Amino acid sequence: MTTVSQEKAGPAVSGGGIEVRGVTKRFPGVVANHDVNITIRPATVHALIGENGAGKSTLMKILYGVQKPDEGTIAVDGQQVSFASPTDAIKVGIGMVFQHFMLADNLTVLENVTLGGESLFGIGDQARAEINRISDAFGFDLDPDTLVEDLGVGERQRVEILKVLYRGARIIILDEPTAVLVPQEVDSLFANLRELRASGHTILFISHKLDEVLAIADDITVMRRGTTVGEADPKTATKRQLAELMVGSELPSPETGESTVTDTVLLELAGVNVVDEGGRHLLKDVSLTIHKGEVLGVAGVEGNGQSELVETIMGMLRGTGEITLAGTSMGSWHTRERREAGIGFIPGDRHLHGLLLDAPLWENRMLGHQTLPPASKGGLIDRRNAKADTERIIAEYDVRTPGINNTARSLSGGNQQKLIVGREMSGEPILLIAAHPTRGVDVGAQAAIWDHIRRARREGLGVLLISADLDELIGLSDRIEVILRGELVAEFDPRTVTPQDLGAAMTGGKESA
Amino acid sequence: MKPAVLARKVGQALLAPLIAVVVAVLVTSVVVVVAGASVSEFWDVMTQPPSSRNMVNIVNQSSMIFLAALAAAIGFRMNLFNIGIEGQYTLASFTAAVVAGMAWFPGKLNILVAVVVAMVVGALWAGIAGVLKVTRGVSEVISTIMLNAIAGTLVGYLLSNHGQQYGQGRRTTPIPESSQLAGWTPFAEKDGAIWTLVLLAVLAGVGISFLINRTRFGFDLRATGMNEPAAVASGVNVKRMVVISMLLSGAIAGLIWMPALFGGADYYGPPFQRTLGFTGIAVALLGRNRPLGIFFGAVLFAWLNEQANPLALVADISPSVVQITQGVVVLAVVIAYEVVRRWAAAAEQRALRKALDEQPTAEGVAA
Repeated sequence: MTTVSQEKAGPAVSGGGIEVRGVTKRFPGVVANHDVNITIRPATVHALIGENGAGKSTLMKILYGVQKPDEGTIAVDGQQVSFASPTDAIKVGIGMVFQHFMLADNLTVLENVTLGGESLFGIGDQARAEINRISDAFGFDLDPDTLVEDLGVGERQRVEILKVLYRGARIIILDEPTAVLVPQEVDSLFANLRELRASGHTILFISHKLDEVLAIADDITVMRRGTTVGEADPKTATKRQLAELMVGSELPSPETGESTVTDTVLLELAGVNVVDEGGRHLLKDVSLTIHKGEVLGVAGVEGNGQSELVETIMGMLRGTGEITLAGTSMGSWHTRERREAGIGFIPGDRHLHGLLLDAPLWENRMLGHQTLPPASKGGLIDRRNAKADTERIIAEYDVRTPGINNTARSLSGGNQQKLIVGREMSGEPILLIAAHPTRGVDVGAQAAIWDHIRRARREGLGVLLISADLDELIGLSDRIEVILRGELVAEFDPRTVTPQDLGAAMTGGKESA
Repeated sequence: MKPAVLARKVGQALLAPLIAVVVAVLVTSVVVVVAGASVSEFWDVMTQPPSSRNMVNIVNQSSMIFLAALAAAIGFRMNLFNIGIEGQYTLASFTAAVVAGMAWFPGKLNILVAVVVAMVVGALWAGIAGVLKVTRGVSEVISTIMLNAIAGTLVGYLLSNHGQQYGQGRRTTPIPESSQLAGWTPFAEKDGAIWTLVLLAVLAGVGISFLINRTRFGFDLRATGMNEPAAVASGVNVKRMVVISMLLSGAIAGLIWMPALFGGADYYGPPFQRTLGFTGIAVALLGRNRPLGIFFGAVLFAWLNEQANPLALVADISPSVVQITQGVVVLAVVIAYEVVRRWAAAAEQRALRKALDEQPTAEGVAA
């Protein structure tokens, strides 16, 4: 599907403008770029939007010199450029802020910023003065001598932006900068971005959150299936139009409908504590209850104990306190016994915990269920039934693949996720631990996964839902708990809560503007 | 699987070893030239049809190399580097020879007991490294290397203090005649016999292949090797798997020298064939840890060793040159596999995209 891009023919730009023409990139395992065309005007905020897997990351890596395009040209200020490495990109003034921060926690802001850029202003007072100058100019409010470990997520992000400005970037690429932020922090990030724009910087803002894009961008380019499919003017475009450009259909909404919560307690955690080697609490006195037919949502900024909570329930991490499943204590159970007791598990990081990338799909169907039919009989693998059931999942969950003998690696992220969801919903689980169940899947599949969860919930499935998507949490949950630094700090009724309320609770209310 | 797909898969599987052998031939030829010898003479010797006697030796040697490589492969399949096969089979061979020499049991039963003892000793020696890894976090690479040294010293000590004086050196008590196996002589008597217990290699190969590919245990083992965190999340008790795999690997290592012991060696003493454990590691790499691949690798190594013997006489080249060939084959195969793997992944990706483009996409969207 190569829609001809609706480019406006404009003159060559100068002073921080980028022109991308016909860029194509092929490589195995990831959606490639195909005939990508973008014109970024200088001193603007240009949003690049598209579903996960639409090829945004690839394009971004090409612009930052991490990867070389197979075809096509990139021009900065009208000059054609070719980057062999990120160093070349920085030379022409392109800086990049990654979604996952690359900061050393035990170093100060000054040390982090000067690291690798010692030749610019040294590492002493001259560097400190430059950091203060930048910080003051754009309202970053950063002290060069604080340790990064003492900074919040929003401040860390500003350190990352400061790092690229320090290196003389005129064009800043931000990869999903709001993914790790709560709504209040997003507002202050946008204030910083407006300052940057006012001073002549060009910003390429990559996102798939339409509200934010409409709030900040001057121009919008939409990508789908690896190519640019069109442009939109944020002054006139609506969310609906953008969504249609992105996916060709309107965004579904995760409404649960009638409550199916029963009185039967399915999972109970009482006073669960997990402490790391340094004596720091990863989970602190966590108590929660999930009933049959109930979806309990857990909201929180990533890294506040969500993964520890999930791993403790799955038995991958050992803590203290009582965990019972349908009235039976499972504290002494190993992960395998917990799975056999009917706990399905959709891990937050599918490549780390959910797949054998180099194994065929039917073997991946067995993973986590290898002791149960249809995967095995006695101690032996039941190839025939395992394969047949994989075919069923592929059909029911619309996993796009030529066959079950293909490796998991050959699937796109969304299709991998659909396979995992299908696998974990097989064998009628009584409890589903779902961490980011729709992360990286396309809109159609997202709706299908929500449907599957809702149907199982009607039949009595209990669900622990961890999600960074507040709309998904509010739409699917019967109850929402907020986790902060390993503690459950607040409980909300999703029928009345707003994303702003959740955002305030997720940061302890301290950064509420 | 469609015939075309099958043919492609087989092609991909054979391509890497083929490239590796070609590279090894070229590098060895260069070495021979640098050494001032004749390349054509060298390859004449190496490629001449083996004599009957050589054939028998190749079969016998292959069986031991195969067992050693199989032992290494079990560990490798779950990212466990059992470098200690050398020590495990040394200690196991010595113990089995002692037990068999004692002749506590009559005839064939004596053989069975000795073979079991060899497996148990090999397993326990490897198990020490496994237990150290899961309880104390000691890298199995370090501990197995240490255990190699200890095993060698231990056997040397026991032999020199309790062994039977025999010529210049010492040996264990020879096994009774009733426990010696005649083997099979496909050619003339003077060409030697194929050892009976070569069958052990066949049995172990089939058994391990079945265990790894068809059983739940094997699936857990492979899953742990491919992605340990995912295996943990799937319910695999990795610590237990580490210990079991080490035991299994050591048990197979214990078998390595059994064909020779009962096929004519008769005792453990100075002629004991060393370094098979290290050869096994190389062959496991060459055979990509698959029993069938290991089989071909073992035959290749045995063939190179055997054919190299007349080099010094016929072509005035040191037989050590083939060790360079063997080393280069292993090195080249590791690189070739990676190159072919990437190429195959790209091919699969292309096939996938093509197949998906032909599929009607109802929603018109794919992630």
